[in-house]
Amino acid sequence: MDSIVNPTNIPAVHTTSISDVVKDRSDVVSRENRSTVGETIVEDPRISCLDVNVYYGEKPAIRQVGLEIARNQVIAMIGPSGCGKSSFLRCLNRMNDTIPACQVTGKILMDGQDINGKGIDTVLLRAEVGMVFQKPNPFPKSIWENVAFGPRIHGLAQTKKELDEIVEKSLIQAGLWDEVKDRLNQPGTGLSGGQQQRLCIARAIAVNPEVILMDEPCSALDPIATAKIEELIDKLRLDYTICVVTHSMQQAARISQRTAFFHLGDLIEVGETKQIFTKPLHHLTEDYITGRFG
Amino acid sequence: MNKHETTNKTIPTARSKTKDIVRQSLKKRYNRERRFKWHGQAAIAVALLLLLILFFSISGKGYTAFQQTMMSLDVYLDPEILDPEGSRDPAVLARGDYGGIVKATMRRMFPEVTGRQDKRALYALVSSGASFMLHDKVMENPALVGQRVSVWVPADDEVDMLMKGHVSRDVSEADRRLSDQQLVWIDQLVTEGRIQKQFNTAFFTAGDSRDPELSGIRGALTGSLITLVITLMLSFPVGVATAVYLEEFAPRNRWTDVIEVNINNLAAVPSIVFGLLGLAVFINFLGFPRSAPLVGGLVLTLMTLPTIIIASRAALKSVPPSIREAALGVGASPMQTILFHVLPLAMPGMLTGTIIGMAQALGETAPLLMIGMVAFIVDVPSGIYDPSTALPVQIFLWADSPERAFVERTSAAIMVLLAFLISMNAVSVFLRKRFERRW
Repeated sequence: MDSIVNPTNIPAVHTTSISDVVKDRSDVVSRENRSTVGETIVEDPRISCLDVNVYYGEKPAIRQVGLEIARNQVIAMIGPSGCGKSSFLRCLNRMNDTIPACQVTGKILMDGQDINGKGIDTVLLRAEVGMVFQKPNPFPKSIWENVAFGPRIHGLAQTKKELDEIVEKSLIQAGLWDEVKDRLNQPGTGLSGGQQQRLCIARAIAVNPEVILMDEPCSALDPIATAKIEELIDKLRLDYTICVVTHSMQQAARISQRTAFFHLGDLIEVGETKQIFTKPLHHLTEDYITGRFG
Repeated sequence: MNKHETTNKTIPTARSKTKDIVRQSLKKRYNRERRFKWHGQAAIAVALLLLLILFFSISGKGYTAFQQTMMSLDVYLDPEILDPEGSRDPAVLARGDYGGIVKATMRRMFPEVTGRQDKRALYALVSSGASFMLHDKVMENPALVGQRVSVWVPADDEVDMLMKGHVSRDVSEADRRLSDQQLVWIDQLVTEGRIQKQFNTAFFTAGDSRDPELSGIRGALTGSLITLVITLMLSFPVGVATAVYLEEFAPRNRWTDVIEVNINNLAAVPSIVFGLLGLAVFINFLGFPRSAPLVGGLVLTLMTLPTIIIASRAALKSVPPSIREAALGVGASPMQTILFHVLPLAMPGMLTGTIIGMAQALGETAPLLMIGMVAFIVDVPSGIYDPSTALPVQIFLWADSPERAFVERTSAAIMVLLAFLISMNAVSVFLRKRFERRW
């Protein structure tokens, strides 16, 4: 694994050697154990989830997930396809509300309030918890319009000049400003895939959220664009709390400080990224990161 | 080593077997493909041919209606007849015997005609509209009384038909509407240069008339236009609002299912049923005026709504969910998501549906018959309450008339209807292109 970016604060992980490390350990939790192992609790959490269940109709997608998400950290959710990591992510800004048959139970606390509670408005919640999707989905409008849409509908700027400033700031933060500053009125859909995804990130941070959810943000991108996004995520960590769902374990290792491993709807293990990739506590985690399934 | 050899042999033979089978079927496959393509091309050719036949037969019959045979008369506006007392009072002038003046003019042009029957045959060469033209001219400028003026007045439709070659001179006199004597007079007028074919302005400026040479489509065209504007103004907002609510907000339950099934069924209801409904509800119950474009518009709205709703819902469904998610993801309310992102993307599809519905409404006759828009109306309507007819109804009325001259006018009216339709479609294509965005 030749990582293209290697930010200094990320532990150098060599997945090839993991199997050697864990081979002889006898203290790993057996495969049959479905309850979460590892450190689910952090000091001063930004989001606390308690017994979260998601059902699509009768079918449960995730069961009894308890997890705390720390401030100004990147937490990566990994696991095989269909394990419920995206479903869990979409609980955090109630994106699951848009799916008619979907039902969410349990508590998700933000600022001491349950976001599924009665008094919570999804508009307010989504202004605070931004989201970047798997496939870049810029609006079929100009680049400027794409970024300005959020601040405008929320009334974050009074004048066109203030809006311009927000757009510039967001694009600079998303590392896209230099590439698009001369063509802000051209359609956002005309950018390359990686640029589109950074535009989507700029659109999310233009609203100035506290948490950014990213659902496999790099799965539709080539390695160079992926590297740029990863670099960006690492920078954004200083200002935002970031949850990333990813299929790539290397990516999780590169960009995250904590990692949560999901399997078949259960949160199997949570811990420091370094610990997960070097000394996993659960047998399933070990199987997954060593590539025995998934 | 031996084992290796056998595997090396079997794999190629198995491969070549597949290859052979595929090769054998290739020709058949390509033939089938060619046949399939040929079917499509043949279907298009047949459709184009039929369309061309339609166009040629209609315009071939109808183009002559855009010309009208006119007759030049040197009229002496005799004060003895128009204003015996010399007061020049408009009220007196308005009641003047202009028909008498036309007749006097004709007598002067053919002094040899004396018999009563012959005189009547002579007068029949000029349209009855000639006296109205003189009347209008005098009312416009009373100073003309007492002067000689040269005017072009429409010839009678029988003369018109003869001049255009629709009536043969060779058939026996008994089978002709023009007598031999009248033919002689006409020939004399032609040699004098007093008969000419001119552009038929009356066709575009007049309302309906019993005399073909005086009839025009202005009334029907205006009626159609007012009716369509009412239909568009009601059905587009209502249809789009219904589609947006059903598609984006309504909960999925038994009630919305019932509504959906009913909308789909309404699209298949024969249009005359909507006419009966309009008659019962708008005219008999609500007391709206009969034959009015208002009622026509309401009835056509009912007829068009299902089409627009179904097309708009399909357009909304085709907007990619990723756009919706993107807008919701930055905290847009459902309304903002729909107004700023979903509706603009769905607009081309909605416009297409609307234009299909409007084209249908433009050509619709049956429901308008039920609400009295089939009446014989001479005046051009000037408002939504005025009695009026519509283009397709006018075509229906003219097609039913016995006069030979209405045949070409029927075809000409169809040409106008088609032109209306094509220009409407052109506008919609233009609008759609403006709204179209890729994602």
